[in-house]
Amino acid sequence: MATTKPRLSSFSRNLSAVSSSQTPGVKCGPNGTMFVSSGIADLDRYFEILGGGFPLGSLVMVMEDAEAPHHMLLLRNFMSQGLVHGQPLLYASPSKDPRGFLGTLPSPASLKHDKSRDRESEQEKGLRIAWQYKKYMGENQPNFDSHRDNKQDYCNEFDFRKPLERHYFTRQRVNCVGIQHSKNLAALQEHCASFLAQHQRNDGSSALAGRIAIQSLCAPQCEHSNMVWEMLSFIKSLKGMVRSSNAVVVITFPPSLLSFSSTKRWQHMADTLLSVAAIPDEDKELAKLLSGYQDMVGLLNVHKVARLNTQVPLILEATTFSIKLQKCRFLVLECLNQAPVDGSSGSSYGTSGSCSGSSKAGTVDF
Amino acid sequence: MENQYLNLLDRALGLDGPSEPWPLSGRVVLIEDCVETSGSFVLHQLVKRSLSPTSSNVIIFVAFANPFSHYDRILRKLGCNLVTQRDNKRFIFFDMLMLRCPDVDKGKSSEGGLVLLYEKILKTICGLPGDKKDYVTIMMDDISLVEVAANGGSDYVLDFLHYCHSLTSEFDCSLIMLNHEDIYSSMERPTLILQMEYLADILVKAEPLSTGLATDVHGQLTVLNKGTSHRLGSSGNKIHNFHYKVKENSVEYFYPGSRV
Repeated sequence: MATTKPRLSSFSRNLSAVSSSQTPGVKCGPNGTMFVSSGIADLDRYFEILGGGFPLGSLVMVMEDAEAPHHMLLLRNFMSQGLVHGQPLLYASPSKDPRGFLGTLPSPASLKHDKSRDRESEQEKGLRIAWQYKKYMGENQPNFDSHRDNKQDYCNEFDFRKPLERHYFTRQRVNCVGIQHSKNLAALQEHCASFLAQHQRNDGSSALAGRIAIQSLCAPQCEHSNMVWEMLSFIKSLKGMVRSSNAVVVITFPPSLLSFSSTKRWQHMADTLLSVAAIPDEDKELAKLLSGYQDMVGLLNVHKVARLNTQVPLILEATTFSIKLQKCRFLVLECLNQAPVDGSSGSSYGTSGSCSGSSKAGTVDF
Repeated sequence: MENQYLNLLDRALGLDGPSEPWPLSGRVVLIEDCVETSGSFVLHQLVKRSLSPTSSNVIIFVAFANPFSHYDRILRKLGCNLVTQRDNKRFIFFDMLMLRCPDVDKGKSSEGGLVLLYEKILKTICGLPGDKKDYVTIMMDDISLVEVAANGGSDYVLDFLHYCHSLTSEFDCSLIMLNHEDIYSSMERPTLILQMEYLADILVKAEPLSTGLATDVHGQLTVLNKGTSHRLGSSGNKIHNFHYKVKENSVEYFYPGSRV
């Protein structure tokens, strides 16, 4: 069997063209896994080699940055995408009015936003990629454009200036749970258990996929936030339950509020691990290093990618994205490209500790 | 064991000799990994080696991390059919994904769950036919989740591990465990991992290259084989270090710079 290649190959082009006709918004991937869109086209495209999105049965964790609410952008897109596809949603939040958050969800963009052309020209002048690597950039584009029509169904472009129509979240079962005042996580676990029971995976069934979004799980205003083992136990059981279901769970949490050891435990439990970070305003050093710095609102790092049913790790060439809000409406992720690795000499870009650290290392490789 | 299929890891673990008696009998293997580099592939390779046609091993696989289907798919690509082995009673799978020791009475019940698990393992070994009882391998994936199942009662986890360790002398079985070393690296007194490292006869550590992650080299393995005193001519510790690249149907092991 061919080894898994990190770059797009003709094999994965065929994969992306095949979507499950039975269930909307669900795509088949390798190793017997199925995928739903993350709600962010750039992120789906980055995960194209896996199957294009988040695998059903997996746990996604997003490490928050206490200085910026960028994880909310990811959550909003994730939740909106599910609702647009009619996928039931369970949303838990430490805020006083979790249901109110639904009013801030973005709606699919109505006009055909000519994003691909904008991005291409930006990339041409922006990213300082050595000429021999431009061919890898070019490889991405034709795939995306040729499957744009298919992707309209699988992943929508969301407009943050347009709130999601109410009929999306009153018609279906959208359950909102507040976790601030509960004594412990037992109630949330109950909600998750009953939600996932409705999405049990049976071979051959075309049950609708479900999404669970849990925001800021160890937020300090929650009573459970100092129950270290209770939270770990909750995540472990949630992971066990979701594994046998047609659902994806996204949990965001602020690692700064956990001990280093606890953070590591949470990271190990995640199938897919992302982190977001704020970009300081008016940082002259960063402005020199990153093109389009003034449009960036933050950075997204991919630390770990779900490997269900396979032992092969996925080492992708770029793991850092800049988060931009184009025209203050559309969430765009752009790879901060770094030089491909030279395996024989063992040299490679450094693992990203902090986001700004990794982007600096990247320019050295240029 | 046919030499042409042996790789650097097999040699480092001492699997390059005759397969009977099983070289890992009565020995404890600890696999350590971190977020950046998962060590699961070492576990998968050991499953495959243990279940090779030339050996008579029975594996009791205590799984806290992944369901049976996950291991089944992976081992199938490695050339080992776990469903068949399970039907032949050579691969006994304990699904512990949902194990949670009830913490109503935190002290007693956390311990209770692990005591029950130990008893189940012991009962399974004793229930095996006479010839198979001497060739048991107990595998645990992974120990950090045993701690979570025990609500953080690391004393209970240590007791449980000590009891399992006693099985290696009582029944000559091998004990292979996976744990995440980076969880404990910041602790002042990481008792659990230190005791596990002490008990282990073989330590296998998967970590990234000092230069970071790469597409051609997924990481490096350091194998410390403490050598046994009763084996003729063998003494002292042997340390092996080499790089690896994990693929769907095999893993390549190679010394730095020697990969074709």
